Amino acid sequence: MSEFLSPKDLPAALAARAAHPDYIPVAGGTDYMVASKDRLPPPGIINLFGLGALTGVTDLDGGGVRIGACTTYATLLGDARIANTFPLLRDACREVGASQIQARGTLGGNIATSSPVGDSLPPLLALDAVICVASSAGERRVAYEDFLVGYRKIDLAADELIVAIELPAPHVGAMQHWRKVGTRRAQSISKVMMAAVAHLDDGRIADIRIALGAVADRTVRARATEDALRGSAPSEEAAKRAREALRGEITPIDDLRSTAEYRLGVAENLVRRFVLSL
Amino acid sequence: MPDALLLHMKVNGEDVEVAAPPHFTLLEVLRYKLDLIGSKQGCDKGDCGACTVQLDGTARLSCLTLAAQADGRKVRTVEGMTAAHLHPLQDCMDKQVAAQCGFCTPGILMAAEAYLTKQARAVSRDEVAEAMAGNLCRCTGYVKIVDAIVEASEIMAAKEQG
Ligand SMILES: Cc1cc2nc3c(=O)[nH]c(=O)nc-3n(C[C@H](O)[C@H](O)[C@H](O)COP(=O)(O)OP(=O)(O)OC[C@H]3O[C@@H](n4cnc5c(N)ncnc54)[C@H](O)[C@@H]3O)c2cc1C
Ligand code: FES
Ligand code: FES
Repeated sequence: MSEFLSPKDLPAALAARAAHPDYIPVAGGTDYMVASKDRLPPPGIINLFGLGALTGVTDLDGGGVRIGACTTYATLLGDARIANTFPLLRDACREVGASQIQARGTLGGNIATSSPVGDSLPPLLALDAVICVASSAGERRVAYEDFLVGYRKIDLAADELIVAIELPAPHVGAMQHWRKVGTRRAQSISKVMMAAVAHLDDGRIADIRIALGAVADRTVRARATEDALRGSAPSEEAAKRAREALRGEITPIDDLRSTAEYRLGVAENLVRRFVLSL
Repeated sequence: MPDALLLHMKVNGEDVEVAAPPHFTLLEVLRYKLDLIGSKQGCDKGDCGACTVQLDGTARLSCLTLAAQADGRKVRTVEGMTAAHLHPLQDCMDKQVAAQCGFCTPGILMAAEAYLTKQARAVSRDEVAEAMAGNLCRCTGYVKIVDAIVEASEIMAAKEQG
């Protein structure tokens, strides 16, 4: 039979995590509860939802924001800073589940589950997110790309919790673009997602970051594609080069939702459309 | 380690004390411990919305909520909609024939009431479709449900003003 711990603050939560590395931390429970249905109850649960230190959006020096790990999609959708500065994240949150899931699901939960189809993950990667992780021994910060280590695997030890996600301010005038392709807007699992951020300088792409979901074992940056585009004018010709680079760097799989060929085709079209919109 | 937790909740306005295993969901406690079987166990994994209840006024999937997470909170289920007069939502659902088998109806009522209370104004069909996207209905084809919720929002907004 399992124990239910409801720590009152972050130090208590970290102490509980250190004392019981086999207990499962639960935030909104929208992933955990579904997975728990066909398993024996865990030895214990550490409830994180509603912990003040893990909840809400705060400003960072330089125009960025720090988002508590247990902040829900609904809270992010109601936050003017996210809407104004990080519309990419806002647009992705809007398409997660439906209203009940948005009221309960958290950004930290999405990151910890690290499903290849997690919707907030490509935006975080394209926005250069930094993940703040803590244990009783202290806090460390990891670039999100390094935090993703494999299929549903993140760089998190058994005594650690994700405490926050930091997003640096994007370049002034940067374009942000989100696209989720699936069967239905609400409640559907994505076939391909793309998050992209880019800015032009003197008519040429000065910087571009493209993150794709559902095309690999984890959310990935399309670095070769970015390299193929950086420095060029956003033309059909550049889009064609990007397409070739993309073909060389991603190898999606066939599964019950889609075929590899379809996913590759959609990813190419999404990149092309973004480039031509710049 | 405890075999059962003693939980205290206010359910439909009444203080309730109930013992349940720590892994029980709020839906299981409502249905199997409190005999409140209005909230339905459809998919039991977050997809259908039939188990929607209100926790402190917010629509929540009770199948994905641990009962322990509802400790000390206010829970409202369809059984709470028993005022002397029908709620405008009940009235409009009835008038529009928006329930056929009725399995989705308790969840629809709880999700729609939470939504309309929060909006406190007349809402559009598109807004209703977005707000209710997590509540599936296998019978009606949704048109009548959306009609009923839009109409109820107009009645509720008029009452607020008058
Ligand atoms: C019907 C339905 C529809 C959905 N639709 C979508 C969708 O469209 N897009 C999408 O991306 N996802 C979707 N999901 C999945 C889910 O809602 C999200 O992944 C959500 O963000 C998970 O957050 P949570 O707080 O509920 O996580 P929880 O279930 O509480 O936790 C998930 C995992 O993360 C761990 N964890 C949580 N917080 C922390 C932390 N701070 N530190 C360390 N570990 C932690 C937990 O131990 C657990 O292993 C859907 C789920 C359902 C049931
Ligand atoms: S029973 Fe809870 S969503 Fe289907
Ligand atoms: S009336 Fe039968 S599921 Fe909605």
